[in-house]
Amino acid sequence: MTTVDPNFDADREARRERTFTRINKADTWFKVLGLAWITPMLRIAAGDNPKAQGGQIWRLLGVPLLAIVGFLTLWAMLAPQVQTSLGAIPGPAQVWEQVGNLNADAQRTRERAADFYERQEQRNADRIAAGEEPRPIREFTGAPTYYQQIWTSIKTVFFGFLIATIVAVPLGIAAGLSATANAALNPIIQVFKPVSPLAWLPIVTIVVSAVYTTEDGWFERSFLVSAITVTLCSLWPTLINTALGVASIDKDLVNVSKVLKMGTWTKIQKLVLPSALPLIFTGLRLSLGVGWMVLIAAEMLAQNPGLGKFVWDEFQNGSSQSLAKIMVAVLTIGIIGFLLDRLMYTIQSLFTFTNNR
Amino acid sequence: MKRLIAALAATTALAGPLAAQELEIDELTFGFIKLTDMAPLAVAYELGYFEDEGLFVTLEAQANWRVLLDGVIDGTLDGAHMLAGQPIAATIGYGTQANIITPFSMDLNGNGITVSNEVWELMRPHIPSMDDGRPVHPISAEALVPVVEQYRDEGTRFDMGMVFPVSTHNYEIRFWLAAGGLNPGFYSPDDITGTIDADVFLSVTPPPQMPATLEAGTIFGYAVGEPWNQQAVQRGIGVPVITDYQLWPNNPEKVFGITEEFAEENPNTTRAIVRALIRAGMWLDENDNANREEAVEMLSWPEYVGADAEVIAASMTGTFEFEPGDLREIPDFNVFFRYYATYPYYSDAVWYLTQMRRWGQIPEAMPDEWYHEVAAQVYRPDIYLEAARSLVDDGLALEADFPWDTDGFREPVSEMIDGITYDGRYPNAYIDAFPIGLTGDEVVVDGAVTGG
Repeated sequence: MTTVDPNFDADREARRERTFTRINKADTWFKVLGLAWITPMLRIAAGDNPKAQGGQIWRLLGVPLLAIVGFLTLWAMLAPQVQTSLGAIPGPAQVWEQVGNLNADAQRTRERAADFYERQEQRNADRIAAGEEPRPIREFTGAPTYYQQIWTSIKTVFFGFLIATIVAVPLGIAAGLSATANAALNPIIQVFKPVSPLAWLPIVTIVVSAVYTTEDGWFERSFLVSAITVTLCSLWPTLINTALGVASIDKDLVNVSKVLKMGTWTKIQKLVLPSALPLIFTGLRLSLGVGWMVLIAAEMLAQNPGLGKFVWDEFQNGSSQSLAKIMVAVLTIGIIGFLLDRLMYTIQSLFTFTNNR
Repeated sequence: MKRLIAALAATTALAGPLAAQELEIDELTFGFIKLTDMAPLAVAYELGYFEDEGLFVTLEAQANWRVLLDGVIDGTLDGAHMLAGQPIAATIGYGTQANIITPFSMDLNGNGITVSNEVWELMRPHIPSMDDGRPVHPISAEALVPVVEQYRDEGTRFDMGMVFPVSTHNYEIRFWLAAGGLNPGFYSPDDITGTIDADVFLSVTPPPQMPATLEAGTIFGYAVGEPWNQQAVQRGIGVPVITDYQLWPNNPEKVFGITEEFAEENPNTTRAIVRALIRAGMWLDENDNANREEAVEMLSWPEYVGADAEVIAASMTGTFEFEPGDLREIPDFNVFFRYYATYPYYSDAVWYLTQMRRWGQIPEAMPDEWYHEVAAQVYRPDIYLEAARSLVDDGLALEADFPWDTDGFREPVSEMIDGITYDGRYPNAYIDAFPIGLTGDEVVVDGAVTGG
């Protein structure tokens, strides 16, 4: 059925068309950022059928929100019914209260740091007045704040992940290109892939202590221990996926490269990497996820600075606020893990959807 | 908190001439375990005593005693709050070999032995009651004997926890068990579990995990420092049966340990550290513990002990709660300065050595001189007195507060729970007086005591 609009306005229609194209384009980005529900709203705003779009909004925004509310309600109802020796399990309200407390703690530490620097300035002023050399200003020596601990963990996971990537991608390409390399690497991958971070940790700790003995090096020893443990556990998904991606290149392309007598390096650059990229990124995403999980365990066990240490310290403190504080940390770990995954997904989209391979 | 800042401002005014000393290094990291007896470190940091000396100190909680000791040995930590047995054992090469010394003893007393509610119920009928119905203290391990027997008849091994093989707590719980007629088991060079011939099997658990481990049912009781006995009371999972004050009034407890190398390379820094710690000890005991409430608040911060303030206060302010509601006065439960608490007495080191010999950690008999030599190698009153002297000269401490002329041996002690008199001058005579434990030339070979 065709409708003939008497007031048909070609201009308006064209503008509308352009708006929708733009919305559709933006939609790809919203999806990447986890904000897919904005698209139907924009469509309604642009004059699309509200009923059809309403269904979308309900599915993309309403249902998730309802699920979260449902989860919080269940949590709030059930938590107080479990009595532990540290009191009832904290509900959402108590956990939220601890978010405030942790923030207040951070505030307190910042104030103390400011006082610490002020005292040093004062002392140096006194020394200058007495005709002595001023002393260099020292870093604050107090306990790290919750925010600093989060930042430490993020830095560590990225460092470990970076090393893992540098090791895994070339190895993966080698394994994908050559059956011999694959045969050589396969048993090693199979054996080391399932090893738990808790088993790697003592080895890494001892080796790092023995090898990295400089006092004024670039890195803290504990930072290296955590980061290397992350590397050892997180390089496998990238390695396996890279190898798979490289091995499954179109045979025609490979033949073309032979006809053109491409050198290995050119072949990798022009052919292998672009075709394997989607799978390499899938591997990297998995690796970062694994790395984040491993890091928390490593920090917890080795008492290395970061969120894991925070959790363990609170467990040791055993105060009436400890459980709620640990839950704050669990939520923080979850949210950061989610954001890390989104970040990798965004990078992956940047690399792959522009040149539809 | 306000008062803390005020105190800080007051002390920094004194800083001038002291900071002028040439320090070899001034950025230091000290380790500690989450226990109230780390208080001198927290106080020296929070009240600015370290800063007065020109020291920039970072305090780091450690996971367990093993990690802490390794940290000091490999240099990750410059010094640490240690079990008195740790520097001694390291020096004689038990468990690990390293020359660790102590120029400062951190406190007296401060530990307790706790049993699970179930064990307490079984023990209670064997303990006489006072007129008001509360049990008569101190409670002897004799009351535990029928419980252990009952468990054994049911085929259950009686397991208890302590914090480290050379910890005060290991020796204290062994002391208590043996005084009540229970054998806590021997060590031998090829069996370091310490359970040879044991009636009660002791295993290692880090202090803060004790309550959780007891609650999980892995152990039926434990010996640990505060606040982890009071934690058990407040959480309703166990009952402290005896404090170490009742085992041996004013027994030496934690020490501050550094490597001998550190002390030799950094004499001025070492003296500065000891000066700050002595001042912290003085502050903690000042005016009959007047500052304890403030110390409790400090220790309850998550970066230090982190337990609830009321749990910490339960022992730090001169009382100790046994069963819920059974609050008893023990004003000297934790002493930080009185009775020359911070002076590193040779006789304290010798006592630890006698216990190591008694339970087979020192496998063979040694002459008295050997005990005295080891003690003199580990305990360094010379460094302590030098720091104390400079404090007195600066008007920051009183002449009368330090035992200037002692030969390093405390007067013989006869108030211990087993009634045996301890005189550090004659360690072998003391060892030979124990009814349970290795005596004379006895050695443990292939899991059995022979010789002697």
